[in-house]
Amino acid sequence: MATDLRQIANAVLTARAAKPVVFAVALVPLFWTLWLAYSGELGAEPVLESVKQSGLWALRFLLVALAVTPLRMLTGVAALARLRRMIGLFAFFYAAVHLSTYIGLDQYFDWPAIWKDIVKRPYITVGMGAILILTALALTSTNGMVKRLGGKRWRALHKGVFVAGLAGCLHFIMLVKGWQTTPLVYAALCVGLLAFRRWPLRLPNARKEPRTRPAAAPGSEAAPAPRFADGSSPARRS
Amino acid sequence: MLFKFPAASLAREDEVTPRELVLSRRTLLAGGAAAFTAGSLTGWLGLAQAAAFEAATTVKPADAKLDAVTPMKSATTYNNYYEFGTGKSDPADGAKALRTRPWEIAIGGEVAKPITIGIDDLLKFPMEERVYRLRCVEGWSMVIPWIGFPLAELLKRVEPTGNAKYVAFQTLLDPERMYGQKSWVLNWPYVEGLRLDEAMNPLTLMAVGMYGETMPNQNGAPIRLVVPWKYGFKSIKSVVKITLVKDQPPTAWNSSQPREYGFYSNVNPEVDHPRWSQATERRVGDFSRRKTLPFNGYGEEVASLYTGMDLRANF
Repeated sequence: MATDLRQIANAVLTARAAKPVVFAVALVPLFWTLWLAYSGELGAEPVLESVKQSGLWALRFLLVALAVTPLRMLTGVAALARLRRMIGLFAFFYAAVHLSTYIGLDQYFDWPAIWKDIVKRPYITVGMGAILILTALALTSTNGMVKRLGGKRWRALHKGVFVAGLAGCLHFIMLVKGWQTTPLVYAALCVGLLAFRRWPLRLPNARKEPRTRPAAAPGSEAAPAPRFADGSSPARRS
Repeated sequence: MLFKFPAASLAREDEVTPRELVLSRRTLLAGGAAAFTAGSLTGWLGLAQAAAFEAATTVKPADAKLDAVTPMKSATTYNNYYEFGTGKSDPADGAKALRTRPWEIAIGGEVAKPITIGIDDLLKFPMEERVYRLRCVEGWSMVIPWIGFPLAELLKRVEPTGNAKYVAFQTLLDPERMYGQKSWVLNWPYVEGLRLDEAMNPLTLMAVGMYGETMPNQNGAPIRLVVPWKYGFKSIKSVVKITLVKDQPPTAWNSSQPREYGFYSNVNPEVDHPRWSQATERRVGDFSRRKTLPFNGYGEEVASLYTGMDLRANF
């Protein structure tokens, strides 16, 4: 990506409005689904549809969160990292909605049935595992928690997002009947995003651009000094 | 031939839920769901009210009064017909491509008089309307007024021989129009099977219509099987071939995942699918779940077919 484009992207992403805008956009699926439910347009099975939609959005936000680092490495737009925490928290938010709709709407708080589901149905066990991981990550997502845990331990813990992503995709693959394409596409994207960290590709025209992994290493090569440089943000660490 | 069925398993028109009740339930559900995610207290109260209402009305799940006919719109927009995609709303659109004329069913195998019978001749069978519960293996159910004739009437015409022990069915294979058949979610064409006595049971229907209308494409036009005491996938759609055979024939879902889908696939709340409990179901349009009945509530008519059989092993 050309340097000026990258600078524009960085400037846009570091603008004051960037986070509120992303926040608002991330809520669109929620309000859209609520609107459809309210107007009776959620299909014949609105309960299952809301469980399904919230789950899909959790997975989508999780994949977007996982895409931040590869995208940053690929484009050199360091400011992308600013949004990562919020996107990750939205993945958790939709996962929480997913769980709540399953417990409250689908099962109507039938705790024995829910417990049986968790221990007996592997896809629910796997999904529940993913949500537990996301919960731990959400609880430790504040700057304060980064300090309390220490960067090293915090980073180790937050590697759990990879496990959560894979578990979420596995949950999706297992819950549909037969080998369906859509869940496999999600899984392929997830595996691709993880593999990218191990074997990063570079855009042909970006060959001469500095690798941006050292966004956390200030002053490395020609990386544009990020304006948001406050060493404490967990969003800056990959 | 006309059959008089016990009221316990058959919803009559005068037994359907009054419209006002359905509507009030809808309102509660919509209000409750909207407020629920917003997390407000009133939302929880709304839900509790809806649940209390449901509890009051679902004391006896077997009560035929609760078998209100599912709205036609639900039955025609919420379909599993993987030949037209795996999404529930895919078939409603995709099945428009299905060509239902000309249409023939080839009936052969262990029979004295094999025939190939065209749809126009099939439509000459004496038709009946049957209001049946349909229970999907995924844990939802509907109540659908089918129009059709007992499969037995068709089978009698071909005179099964003493060797005929099972009946094998096959759906149309037409990947050009049934684009789902280009995917590998199942082995195409879709096949199903029944034991001969199951096939001859008066409940087993060849349906050519529903809701007083010609069968919509997405529901298996022009002619499909309806076996109300088995999970929905047994009720094979758009049938082109019926073969009477000596040995148990392969069935699509059983071949794909034998651990999950048995040959019999009778509705049985006692035997869980590995991924879904079968103890309860949600009637499409309802808010809460109801208990699933053995043989989908048709035990009186069909339980005797399985006397002495281990239904856990023969799931």
